Amino acid sequence: MQKPTATSAAVPWQPPQAGAPSAPLPGKPFLDRALPFAGPVLLFIVWDLVVRLGFIKPILLPSPSDTVMALVQGLAGGPLLKDFLVTVWRTVQAFLIAALVGVPLGVVLGSAEKAYRSVEFLIDFFRSTPSSALIPLFLMIFGVSDINKVAIAAFGALLIVVFNSAYGVMNARKQRVMAAKVMGANRWQVFKDVLIWESLQPSFVGLRSAVSMALVIVIVAEMFIGADSGLGNRIINSQQVMNVKDMYAAILAAGVLGYALNILFLITERKIVHWSGR
Amino acid sequence: MSAVLNARMVADVPVAPFVPGPAGTQITIRGLTKYFAGWPLYENFDLDIPKHKIVSVFGPNGCGKSTLINMIAGLVPIDAGEILFDGKSLKETKIGYVFQNYREALFPWMRTIDNIAYPLKLEGKSKAQVDRRMAELVASFDVKFDLNRYPYELSGGQQQTASIMRSLAPNPEVLFLDEPFSALDFEMTLFIREKLQEVFMKTGTTMVLVSHDLEEAVYLADQVLLLTKRPTKVAEILTYSDPRPRTVATLSEPSFIAAKKRSLEIFQREVRR
Repeated sequence: MQKPTATSAAVPWQPPQAGAPSAPLPGKPFLDRALPFAGPVLLFIVWDLVVRLGFIKPILLPSPSDTVMALVQGLAGGPLLKDFLVTVWRTVQAFLIAALVGVPLGVVLGSAEKAYRSVEFLIDFFRSTPSSALIPLFLMIFGVSDINKVAIAAFGALLIVVFNSAYGVMNARKQRVMAAKVMGANRWQVFKDVLIWESLQPSFVGLRSAVSMALVIVIVAEMFIGADSGLGNRIINSQQVMNVKDMYAAILAAGVLGYALNILFLITERKIVHWSGR
Repeated sequence: MSAVLNARMVADVPVAPFVPGPAGTQITIRGLTKYFAGWPLYENFDLDIPKHKIVSVFGPNGCGKSTLINMIAGLVPIDAGEILFDGKSLKETKIGYVFQNYREALFPWMRTIDNIAYPLKLEGKSKAQVDRRMAELVASFDVKFDLNRYPYELSGGQQQTASIMRSLAPNPEVLFLDEPFSALDFEMTLFIREKLQEVFMKTGTTMVLVSHDLEEAVYLADQVLLLTKRPTKVAEILTYSDPRPRTVATLSEPSFIAAKKRSLEIFQREVRR
């Protein structure tokens, strides 16, 4: 990203001009830079107008400024912060279990294709089953506990990770594997020097989807499995007492969390899989 | 069960005794047989590839030029036959291989220098040995780009130079090149062609080059191996012995033109057959 990609063979034998000051980018017009903010601003204006003009009763929808205030105050040490952190912690736990078990399992299954074929149906089936449908099953196993919420989220996320990592290995560029073999690499060396690296990018795609999935399930579980904390719990409790300001603030907080996790993974992926797409 | 069903019927004929090639043979191929989708690509194919020579493989589309060197290099399994390197098996032989698609041959997660050193690390060489060999290679290739960059930061020609350096790093006995210039522009092709010639003159490494460009095939070769359409046989082995270094002037020498003309005639005869 930072370094200009070396020009193709058109201009051979010039050292890549990494440090050379390329012609400064023509200053992007202000309007272009403001474009990404247009949508959110428009949403806030419409939201505000709808409330101000009384199209929707304030008891159902508070004004955006009230909501944002509730969000900021809540997150700045208010009770919302505690629930936010509880949800983050549960999601992180579920994600870590899924990643620590899923990536190695997927990579191993992927490199033993026969093994993968034999469990492929199970993985595909449970990957296609909405994890929330399994909540009652997990309730029977783990009871109404904190572990339950983490366990079901980890389960849903795990399958995604396994699937992506396994396919990452199976779809490794044949030629890179051949290149390693022809240089005399044995199976283990091909595995550790080529297959694992080739699977990194698909694994990251898996991890990114997995963390979103973990968050979704944690929130759902917090809503419906006798929780006393967490964003999901807060949303449903505020709704029960018609505290809409708090409810919307908690919804926004959940959105912020999901978006931030996604961005965090994109940045990490770009750092680690620096060759991706080139 | 399926393995049994699909097995080819092999008659109980006595195996032909192994006939070694003439003195100075590096690779001996005997009775090489390869089927593709039930049809023979190679059947009972014999070939001797001489030591310390460059052999260019040329032939009609689909005759399996690349498959041939891939079978010799052990990248494609053979159905029957024997391939020996100076009497040794492939396992006991150090080979180098240069792919046409350098983009998918280099490892983008390693810096270019580590890519080149990779085969040495596989051999378990010490850091000092690796460093010494790297310095040698860099000097002999007159590298003018930064080897500490990642391959994707280099131009196509630089990447292919790096893959050739990698294939030569462990001092292989044989170097296979599968259309190494096909993905390069003309300027780079010329440059790498000269580098290969230089390396060959310095080391005498046996090279087997698959090419789809007749001029380039003849220019680099001591022998042009012309193949027939499938089932592939040797149409003819043409010797071209102009002294090295060959230069642009070589391209207009009568002997070069004659060799090229003769190759073309055989090629056309085989294509029409």
